[in-house]
Amino acid sequence: MKINYCDALVIGGGLAGLRAGVAAQKKGLSTIVLSLVPVKRSHSAAAQGGMQASLGNSKMSDGDNEDLHFADTVKGSDWGCDQDVARMFVHTAPKAIRELASWGVPWTRVREGSREAVINAKKTTITEDADRHGLIMSRDFGGTKKWRTCYTADATGHTMLFGVANEALKHDVDIRDRKEALSLIHEDGRCYGSIVRDLITGELEAYVAKGTCIATGGYGRVFKQTTNAVICEGIGAAIALETGVATLGNMEAVQFHPTPIVPSGILLTEGCRGDGGILRDVDGHRFMPDYEPEKKELASRDVVSRRMIEHIRNGKGVPSPYGDHIWLDISILGREHIEKNLRDVQEICQIFNGIDPADEGKKGWAPVLPMQHYSMGGIRTKPTGESQNLSGLFACGEAACWDMHGFNRLGGNSVSETVVAGMIIGNYFADYCLANDVTIPTATVQKALDKQDAYLDEILAYNGTEDIFRIKNRMQNLMDQKVGIFRDGTGLAEAVDELEELLKKTKQINVKSKERVGNPELEEAYRVPRMLKVALCVAKGGRERTESRGAHYREDYLKRDDANWLNRTLTSWPSEDDTQPTVTYEDLDIMTMEMPPAFRGYGAKGMIIENELSAKRQEEVDTLKEKMEAEGKDRHEIQDALMPFSLPMNYKEKNERAGDK
Amino acid sequence: MSVEKGREITISVLKFNPRSAVSKPHYVDYKLEETPGMTLFIALMKIREEYDPDLSFDFVCRAGICGSCGMVVNGKPALACRTLIANYPEGKLTLLPMPAFELIKDLSVNTGKWMDAMSKRVESWIVDNGEETDIAKMEERVDPDIADQTFELDRCIECGICVASCGTMLMRPNFVGPVGMNRVARFEVDPHDKRTAEDFYELIGDDDGIFGCMSLLACEDHCPKHLPLQNKIAYLRRKLVALR
Repeated sequence: MKINYCDALVIGGGLAGLRAGVAAQKKGLSTIVLSLVPVKRSHSAAAQGGMQASLGNSKMSDGDNEDLHFADTVKGSDWGCDQDVARMFVHTAPKAIRELASWGVPWTRVREGSREAVINAKKTTITEDADRHGLIMSRDFGGTKKWRTCYTADATGHTMLFGVANEALKHDVDIRDRKEALSLIHEDGRCYGSIVRDLITGELEAYVAKGTCIATGGYGRVFKQTTNAVICEGIGAAIALETGVATLGNMEAVQFHPTPIVPSGILLTEGCRGDGGILRDVDGHRFMPDYEPEKKELASRDVVSRRMIEHIRNGKGVPSPYGDHIWLDISILGREHIEKNLRDVQEICQIFNGIDPADEGKKGWAPVLPMQHYSMGGIRTKPTGESQNLSGLFACGEAACWDMHGFNRLGGNSVSETVVAGMIIGNYFADYCLANDVTIPTATVQKALDKQDAYLDEILAYNGTEDIFRIKNRMQNLMDQKVGIFRDGTGLAEAVDELEELLKKTKQINVKSKERVGNPELEEAYRVPRMLKVALCVAKGGRERTESRGAHYREDYLKRDDANWLNRTLTSWPSEDDTQPTVTYEDLDIMTMEMPPAFRGYGAKGMIIENELSAKRQEEVDTLKEKMEAEGKDRHEIQDALMPFSLPMNYKEKNERAGDK
Repeated sequence: MSVEKGREITISVLKFNPRSAVSKPHYVDYKLEETPGMTLFIALMKIREEYDPDLSFDFVCRAGICGSCGMVVNGKPALACRTLIANYPEGKLTLLPMPAFELIKDLSVNTGKWMDAMSKRVESWIVDNGEETDIAKMEERVDPDIADQTFELDRCIECGICVASCGTMLMRPNFVGPVGMNRVARFEVDPHDKRTAEDFYELIGDDDGIFGCMSLLACEDHCPKHLPLQNKIAYLRRKLVALR
């Protein structure tokens, strides 16, 4: 048995994992980052639109600060988020973006003088002040009060990923790609590393570490129609679940993005709408103002996605061989803008659909339809990023339910979360590794490895009639049909039952090639059962949650029910023989919230079953604010009195802004 | 759904597992029906699911963003996810793994290993004067045009297509490749990087670097991101040759 020892083990080489790796390495720990693919190919690269950080540099973002970013994030989450974490996040985001700038990310910068922009389908002139020239620019995104999304054209994730990956190389973080974690090594409630398969040689190895951090991204591939890369299968969450100790949080909270292109599912960034692009129906009519007169195309993603489907159900979709769709029109932004700021969008339209979106009129419209996009759920953690139940296991990025997104996340907050969580959780994680020793016998490690070894042999020996690819396809279709944008009790119950059957069937397959190396079918055969467990957490969590909150929308329970459902779903898998997850709940405490539950400001009004504590807490908050304002306290002091939060390093320092008085 | 049958296409793939004692390089033909908008990503996934679960290839984003799926298509290196079958009127596509990289199996090559070594060799990161940036303070200003220029060169996705297209690579296995030179050009523009031309000369001022390029232009011809590789290589060469 080959055992690799290190201080800090990071599983997942996207933005979150790499940034956490840098944090650990910088504290003098020997740090290994494992990745399925060369790290610069991670799904983080696909983030086009940008990263939210309240810098307040440009004209349209002047006056922005942490408080506004916090309020937008909490509203966006439909009050499902952990407000402590949201505070930690919004406070660190400006630092993260400035750090990335110093690492070479070529953020688009403010240019003094006038420029034309399209706002609400009208050409408008915006004039930037000379004293802001050269500072980091931002664009508009849905659900935000200010233009807060910083970007590099429409390749933000790519430039960020290369910046962070290069920094990891600079600091000699030991990055090992084409390595797949099969299970976690754990004993007596503590995690000691992972059993890992080398995807080139097929060899099984053990990685033993003082602390382990999972940063493997989301679980979009349990759905058929998804914007996610093919590696986003939720395996990181699955191996945490399979410990039987760690829990997953809010797995039913799945976001659907309004504008993937049809049929390939490749995302056209929210930047399209942020920059002024609009949605049109079969008649070319701009319909969003009819439903959302205030925010229109820039309501939050859950709202826009549902309005689009609603409009299609009203008979206004555009028929196509792939079903009805909606048009996205960015031609109104002008060719020059598109060729500079939305070039990848243009290329995607040209290559995959033969459309040039800069062409004026209908010719340039792109067919779009909401599809699975983001996993708000994941490995449930404390605000430090450590699992609530399994000590030494940390999680960050989309793989985690650190929980600043609650039941819906705002565009630009996820790519922001990756690096911000990488900084915050990375440092807490490093501190854990500094403070704890490895005390596990090698026999325990050997046992964990032998178990995976035997499991691979067991799969190769299966002699049934089922086909693993067919099981996977069935799961994906089922998730789309019954656990999608619109959900109801009957469909969800059917989904849970069939997913359970599919999980059982994964033992009745026959893998054609019996090779242990270079056998893609074998890889599917050990991944799909794990994906099915994740899917079951999503479906069962959705079935039990009889309300609509954020992206979780129940047609049989249309209201957000703060009286009964202001809580977080926890799913666990206590026994290997279980064929369904165990579901429990964790309450959110209104009386400690800085912002008690209220109307979000978009979507239908009056759709809340109020919790009586909301009004009570709101009164408390108002009284305290009033009193402190009268005493001449500033917004930081008031915030600290309402809901104090802590941060590692010097991240708590105040963020300097050009607009500071 | 249209009921019209698509044409029959043939995808011919070089299969070889260098880790097997018995495997020999050989072509396997797969015949399938073309569907509207079919890319090589769609076709290869279909082949794996329905005909040959043993076939190895790499995809991640399937949208031309991550650079995983470089392979040689009818003699030219290309991103398979962005290769539309409809653009091949003869309906036959022959696929080979990219040369210049270590073969993993079939169409899968180890670009990650090569690119990491290249990145370390050209020190592909910001080299500043060692002062920690105070991230609570305002960011350093960058002229928007300079930021745009840096971004233009930062768009490289490390797909390896320029390397697989490069004549010099075949003769000089230690050649830093167009991707490595582009990286130097990128940091040369970036105002955060304090390296001088002399520093870059130390990195690539030899025949395995900037002076090895034969200017055959295939790197730029095939680059899926349309990077101005030849311009930048010529610029660096003039700049660095002036130092000696």
